[in-house]
Amino acid sequence: MIRLQNIEKVYRTDTIETLALNSISLDVAKGEFLSIMGPSGCGKSTLLNIMGLLDAPSKGDIKIADKTTANLNDKQMAQFRNKTLGFIFQSYHLINDLQVLDNVELPLLYRDTTAKERRALATEALEKVGLANRIKHFPTQLSGGQRQRVAIARAIVGRPDIILADEPTGNLDSAMGTEIMDILINLNRNEGTTIVMVTHDENMAHKTHRLVRLFDGSQVQ
Amino acid sequence: MLKNYLKIAIAVLRRRKFFTFISLFGISFTLTILMVLTAFIDKVIGDNYPDKKRDRLLYINRIEQKGKDDMTSGPLSYYFLSHYTGMMKTPVKVAISSGFSGTNTYVNNKKIAVNYKYTNADYWDVMDYDFTEGKPFNKQQVDNADHVAIISEDMKKQYFGDAGPVVGKYIEADNVNYRVLGVVKNVPLTSYMFFSDIYLPYTVSKADYKGKGYGGGYMGVLMGASKDDVPKMQAEYENLMKRVPVESKNYQHLYSHANTFVRSYVDTGNEDSSGVFIVITAISIFVFIFMLLPTLNLVNINITRIMERSSEIGVRKAFGASSQTLVYQFIVENLILTLLGGIIGTLLSAIALCGINSVNPIANLQLSINFTVLFIALLVCLVFGFLSGVYPAWRMSKLNVVTALKG
Repeated sequence: MIRLQNIEKVYRTDTIETLALNSISLDVAKGEFLSIMGPSGCGKSTLLNIMGLLDAPSKGDIKIADKTTANLNDKQMAQFRNKTLGFIFQSYHLINDLQVLDNVELPLLYRDTTAKERRALATEALEKVGLANRIKHFPTQLSGGQRQRVAIARAIVGRPDIILADEPTGNLDSAMGTEIMDILINLNRNEGTTIVMVTHDENMAHKTHRLVRLFDGSQVQ
Repeated sequence: MLKNYLKIAIAVLRRRKFFTFISLFGISFTLTILMVLTAFIDKVIGDNYPDKKRDRLLYINRIEQKGKDDMTSGPLSYYFLSHYTGMMKTPVKVAISSGFSGTNTYVNNKKIAVNYKYTNADYWDVMDYDFTEGKPFNKQQVDNADHVAIISEDMKKQYFGDAGPVVGKYIEADNVNYRVLGVVKNVPLTSYMFFSDIYLPYTVSKADYKGKGYGGGYMGVLMGASKDDVPKMQAEYENLMKRVPVESKNYQHLYSHANTFVRSYVDTGNEDSSGVFIVITAISIFVFIFMLLPTLNLVNINITRIMERSSEIGVRKAFGASSQTLVYQFIVENLILTLLGGIIGTLLSAIALCGINSVNPIANLQLSINFTVLFIALLVCLVFGFLSGVYPAWRMSKLNVVTALKG
């Protein structure tokens, strides 16, 4: 599903050159639930951003769903992300000026769907995460766990093949974190969604199919 | 999609009320000024009273003679106009009138400033003054140099007060008594070619109208049978002027043109400079400068707002919005803001115009908002919204997703 070959990422400023990722090669199979762990600054989020086509590698090849992404222009990249990928962020990144339903509909705005279809899909996604009774609420009226569930609904509403989750439980207490993890596991098990998750939590990581460890930009496990 | 943008736009406006106030104030104030200016220009150019047959009229208001070291330019003499336009075949009638001059008259020991103007008889056939009483003087009365007058409604009120019909009564101007033949609806001062308080036959003028010099204080209006005759009349007059000899050996060239209303109205009095070009340039510069400041202000505010929304931009990009889509979204949001400012500006303009009309700074000029003014205002809003939104939108679209998500 995801194939990374010899991925390198170098950040350059006027005075410093930082090697964030050093020749990472990684395959993620369809339907796999992969965790990525490592100390702060080891390149986990950088790797996830590259997988999600939010950032470009300095070197190396990426193939997602059998498609080479190197030559895609901005518009093609955006369309590809929209159809193939879903994102869950540690800070949720919901739009506070929009109600829950409008937040979840967001990915569908950039597809050829009618308002009725968007509403139906968004409601279905919210039902899957148990928040169908909160569609008229604003994010500021929800708890952290509820916000993350809305973010998950947003990530899955377009039925993407792959979900990329960057520390989805990082801002939540253990009870809420477990709730979120259960939703992700169910998604993976019942819908066959491929999930790549960056986490600091060993317990969460051990619930997934495979664990990859990074250290100073290199893969050590 | 548009509903989503509208929700976001309204939410953003409500989030930072002070910024919103500044933006809306800038937009609505600018629009108010521009709409008042547009209403003024529209009135000046668009109001075709009393020359209602404007589409088949040509205006001659200047003669210029130029030599190497000498030049003269100004209105024409009665003789020049009547003699040369009399040779023309195309016009069906020619109105000849002087510019208006001022004098004083006294009523019950109260001084009244009076503007008077001389005309020929055909003037009243070419023009379409609205008579509230009586009728114009005719050729017989002009030939006889009868002391008769047509007065404006304003003049009637000032001189006769609230008296009933005044036809047949006498009015004094410049120490001469004239019998009132008719009363006409006021002409605004901005229609300077036709404005006056009193209209008199040119034959009662104290100045010498019989002199054969080219220059004088008169202008002419040629009337064609239909608007199709206008180009023919224009060409005929041009050809005629080519054959008119210069008045003295100090001059080598003679220029006089029969122009359309607008060209004639903005004539600079100089053959080498186009009045239309000057007026359009002056208005364009004024509008540009006037719009520049609030546009720059709005650009600044929009960039600040964009940076506050970088997280939202990052999320939208992550979930499939292309740079182009985001630029479109932002411009739409900005257009919503400027249209809102436009509505407020329109309301303020209506209030401003009421105020201006009540003060009456230019005699008889009543400004109003009509479809032309509204259309131009809407256009200005859209241009404004686009200009002040496009650069911030472009900046926003270039934001790197990862950087944007970090906030």
